[in-house]
Amino acid sequence: MTLLKVENLSVEFQTNDGAVQAVKDLSFELERGHSLAIVGESGSGKSQTAFSIMGLLAENGRSSGRVLIEGKDILNLSTAELNAYRAEKMAMIFQDPMTSLNPYLRVSEQMVEVLVYHRGMKKREAMAQAIMMLDAVRIPGAKNRVHMYPHEFSGGMRQRVMIAMALLCEPELLIADEPTTALDVTVQDQIMSLLNDLQKEFQMSLVLITHDLGVVAQSCEKVLVLYGGQLMEYDDIKPLFANPSHPYTQALLSAIPRLDQGDEELNAIPGDPPNMMHIPEGCPFSPRCAYVAENCRTDRPMVLPSGSGLRACHKPLKGSLYDGA
Amino acid sequence: MTAPEPILSVRDLSVVFDVARRGAMPWTPKDKLKAVDNISFDLYSGQTLGVVGESGCGKSTLARAIIRMLPAETGQVLWFGQDLLTITDAAMKEKRRDLQMIFQDPLASLDPRMTIGEIVAEPLKTHFPRMSKNERAAKVLQVLEKVGILPNLINRYPHEFSGGQCQRIGIARALIINPKLIICDEPVSALDVSIQAQVINLLMELQSELGLSLVFIAHDLSVVKHISDRVMVLYLGNIVEFASSEDFYDRPLHPYAQALIASAPVPDPTVPKRLQDELIAGDLPSPINPPSGCVFRTRCRHATDICSEQKPVLDASNENHFVACHHWQQINARSA
Repeated sequence: MTLLKVENLSVEFQTNDGAVQAVKDLSFELERGHSLAIVGESGSGKSQTAFSIMGLLAENGRSSGRVLIEGKDILNLSTAELNAYRAEKMAMIFQDPMTSLNPYLRVSEQMVEVLVYHRGMKKREAMAQAIMMLDAVRIPGAKNRVHMYPHEFSGGMRQRVMIAMALLCEPELLIADEPTTALDVTVQDQIMSLLNDLQKEFQMSLVLITHDLGVVAQSCEKVLVLYGGQLMEYDDIKPLFANPSHPYTQALLSAIPRLDQGDEELNAIPGDPPNMMHIPEGCPFSPRCAYVAENCRTDRPMVLPSGSGLRACHKPLKGSLYDGA
Repeated sequence: MTAPEPILSVRDLSVVFDVARRGAMPWTPKDKLKAVDNISFDLYSGQTLGVVGESGCGKSTLARAIIRMLPAETGQVLWFGQDLLTITDAAMKEKRRDLQMIFQDPLASLDPRMTIGEIVAEPLKTHFPRMSKNERAAKVLQVLEKVGILPNLINRYPHEFSGGQCQRIGIARALIINPKLIICDEPVSALDVSIQAQVINLLMELQSELGLSLVFIAHDLSVVKHISDRVMVLYLGNIVEFASSEDFYDRPLHPYAQALIASAPVPDPTVPKRLQDELIAGDLPSPINPPSGCVFRTRCRHATDICSEQKPVLDASNENHFVACHHWQQINARSA
């Protein structure tokens, strides 16, 4: 059953230098209990997609299109109406746990607040629930540590606190925005494995936003590749990694330095990431694409079904199903 | 390919910071934080040394101590046999012509109020004050071309460039005075993957073209693999493993190095996920109060009594491979 359905989502920011389109015509859906990774480089619009789902866009941002949670459009709800969805239906964790926790409040106060507000619990009851949740994210000595301030935790532990806080009301959708980017690899490993376990335990849907295809491969079922605010490719994880049909996906995969392969020269993608003020007219990836053709520069490719997924490309790579072009 | 004489030899280098205790009065003695603990290594001409470790392992402190951006507590930094730690500041300024550095945050390391032309020319003004304006301008264009920045951009300001371009400008600034050694402190970790590869490839090209030696600091073992001749793994200021690249990636010996390699995410969904108990547990201990004996023992699966009593010394597995672990032989006999 579909939990989250995004239809023709566009996000636009009004800035002093004119309008910036951060996300353009994005559509995807996520089944209950499944996981989706949104992958892209800086400026690809991945975080803004998450922010508009959560209703957290900056003041000068406007989203259009539809975001359906269990069939109800939540995009233009008032803050009060949206608050009923936040925490209960959907929750989000952020990249930098230190700046997203309140440094003045003990972890206990921040967690109890959520339950008192959303569930109308008594403080004592809420505290017991908070400790239980810290246990669930495997923080040792949760009973004592719940009274500490955020700065008394290490980076990895702080991210666990964030996760525990997001899970307090048992949301059906968890959006994790680069949850491990600020962490060391050994800790990243712990957090990703924790997130995957919790997803099963709480039967949540997970949207993982990341720039790291390595993290995605081990933890998600579907992948959505964004570039310049637009969908490039969307597919199940295995076909996407084994047989990427979009030149951008392929280039991105081969640019990753790998430990399990020889040390021949890395395949860099030439050029720079797109400047959001001047997105190319046709395909946003066309200035950097190795397979670029004339119409790539002028016509925006349509999002078409390809094999088990979707793809927006005039010159898809061989080996994928609908190679009509 | 190994020249007999190292260009840089670091001997027993330690860097200690004074840290105020919590709630301390001005007169209470400060705690000591040993960020770099008795590190020794050699760097040969034209080679790259990769320095790897998690945050707080002392890799940046080591880099800064080598070029005297930070004072070292004890030890020697021998540059062609001369100890950089004992020479005068004026003499050190001379030496910095040969020793340059590039930094992690490409935008923050460029002055926002200077054009990139001025930024790249600045080392020339400092080190060759008598050079004529025309000659300087010609050199700037030449070096910018080398790193792939178009000459018509020299009057722009850093904020007009992307992260990857800023890092190229940082490289140009380091290159312009023809240094012999460049210390790269996490030069690609702030960049997107597609741009990371560009910068690494650029550094490798420049190295083979100009015969540069590099110290390449990173937290990512897979990045280091592509560029290094030798790899040094640090943990809490100590060398835990030091080996030639081939030896190291072929067969890492220290349990920490093995864990680092195992934790690196593999971009391949067909590789099975590792089980919970295979992960390395816990966080980095506080460097103010490091564990006794082996610094890694609190997170090590193989730790025994001897690990808390005695500090392991670097033991040679072969002439190119050193490891500081009491149990490396048993651990690797079991897994082999």
